[in-house]
Amino acid sequence: MSAGTSKIDVTVTDVVTVNELVKRFHFRRADGQLLPTFSGGAHIVVEMRDDDRTRLNPYSLMSSPLDTRDYTISVRRDDTGRGGSLFMHQRVKPGMGMVISSPVNLFSLDLRARKHLMIAGGIGITPFMAQTSQLSGDGSNFELHYTCRTEALGTYADVLRARYGRRIHLYRDDQGERLPLEQLLASQPLGTHLYICGPAGMIDWVRRTAAEAGWPDDTVHFEHFAAPQPGKPFDVTLALSGKQIHVGEQQSLLEAIEAAGIDPPYLCRGGVCGQCETKVISYDGKFLHNDHWLSEEEHRSGCKIMPCVSRFDGKSLVLER
Amino acid sequence: MTANSILSRPVYGTLSPQPGRNHLFVADAEGAAAILDMAKAAPKGFFADAHIIFVPGDTGAHYVEALKSLQAARFYEGPSTAAALPRLRQTLATAHMGLRIYLAGTEGLIGLAMQAAMEAGFDHASIQTEHRGSLARRIQCVHCKGITENVTTQPATCSHCGLVLLVRDHYSRRLAAFQGVCINAEDPTEIPQAEEIFR
Repeated sequence: MSAGTSKIDVTVTDVVTVNELVKRFHFRRADGQLLPTFSGGAHIVVEMRDDDRTRLNPYSLMSSPLDTRDYTISVRRDDTGRGGSLFMHQRVKPGMGMVISSPVNLFSLDLRARKHLMIAGGIGITPFMAQTSQLSGDGSNFELHYTCRTEALGTYADVLRARYGRRIHLYRDDQGERLPLEQLLASQPLGTHLYICGPAGMIDWVRRTAAEAGWPDDTVHFEHFAAPQPGKPFDVTLALSGKQIHVGEQQSLLEAIEAAGIDPPYLCRGGVCGQCETKVISYDGKFLHNDHWLSEEEHRSGCKIMPCVSRFDGKSLVLER
Repeated sequence: MTANSILSRPVYGTLSPQPGRNHLFVADAEGAAAILDMAKAAPKGFFADAHIIFVPGDTGAHYVEALKSLQAARFYEGPSTAAALPRLRQTLATAHMGLRIYLAGTEGLIGLAMQAAMEAGFDHASIQTEHRGSLARRIQCVHCKGITENVTTQPATCSHCGLVLLVRDHYSRRLAAFQGVCINAEDPTEIPQAEEIFR
């Protein structure tokens, strides 16, 4: 059960190939009504019914928050992932009915900021598509710095440049262009907030550099695109419900718990929101923590696990579910 | 020193050196001692990028030489908080991210400097504060909205409308003032004895 959100029946109205890796999907409500209001940075969870299994993957909304006739997401194909992006790329066609969650925002703009400085890497551009629409609508000051492998993989760079001109800065790896992060951070007026979305390594680099340059924590916002990683299968005992479950190689622990008919709370399914935090009753083995919610100390303690992204390797694991 | 009576009542900490490109200190009177104590823990060269704005008031003149010996890039000594605030606002108006702010001394000084920093886009939670010296309060009369500085008594008389005010712990960061509410609205002839409790 997604905490505090409800499901919406939608129809896929368009599927657009953006480049060799990215497709864009447009959804409208099946009942023809407007979709719920959202703010830039929000994501939805898309249900993918793939024969006998259901995947629930979060995707940032990239359409304008000022227009809720449709929701738009962009999905980067990941050939080595657990299959969610391949399902979207290969199986989802215009006219198809799907189920999505109401939007939830774990990467919202701080509207007290004097200026919004955005740093995107690769497909991490998507939440900024919605945020820039929102900010330009009310005349706010923003600047977007976007790193990509090649011009062709700078998804939506052309759209953003056409909309916002010199506010958009593109850095192409294959041209040897590098984001001049230290100079950029040093030249921002007081009251600037920093937003980062992209690969984990980039987020860590920008956060570390900002902290060293004296940016207060409250001014630095980030969103990890942490899809659950596949891994070795393992068995789990759910103590409260008295069930034994098996977590498959391509399945997350949360998905395995749900497949057993148990309905734990969740929001992001990406290891950041904290909703699905689960107590460990006993274990014999090693945790593979992949979340950004629990502290390092909690990771070491062996008392808690985030089943949306984390796994286990060992003889036995008993959870309070 | 400052019990957390209600949520809005400010809680102060102890100044500590923060990572940053520039460091701005604003202090009055005994607040200088907080800067000097922090300096003992500061890394070498810390004050090379620092700016100190100091208002000695009646009790802080003997700190001036010690503060100067920290060899901050800029040192300013002002005759009053009101005189120092335009300089602070000017500094903030041209500042960049990477600036860290440290406020020390009386609650009135900390509140006014924090108000200026917030108006410049700085988040209050990112500001280092340390209370030193007088407990005198800056209060706003909720009836006439006038501000009375350096209130040391409970109750206090509004310097604008003359009402006798209960000085509450209810604090406004936006106004940089505690709230003063008429203490004898039912019977204005009843005038409680004023005690000096915010020395």
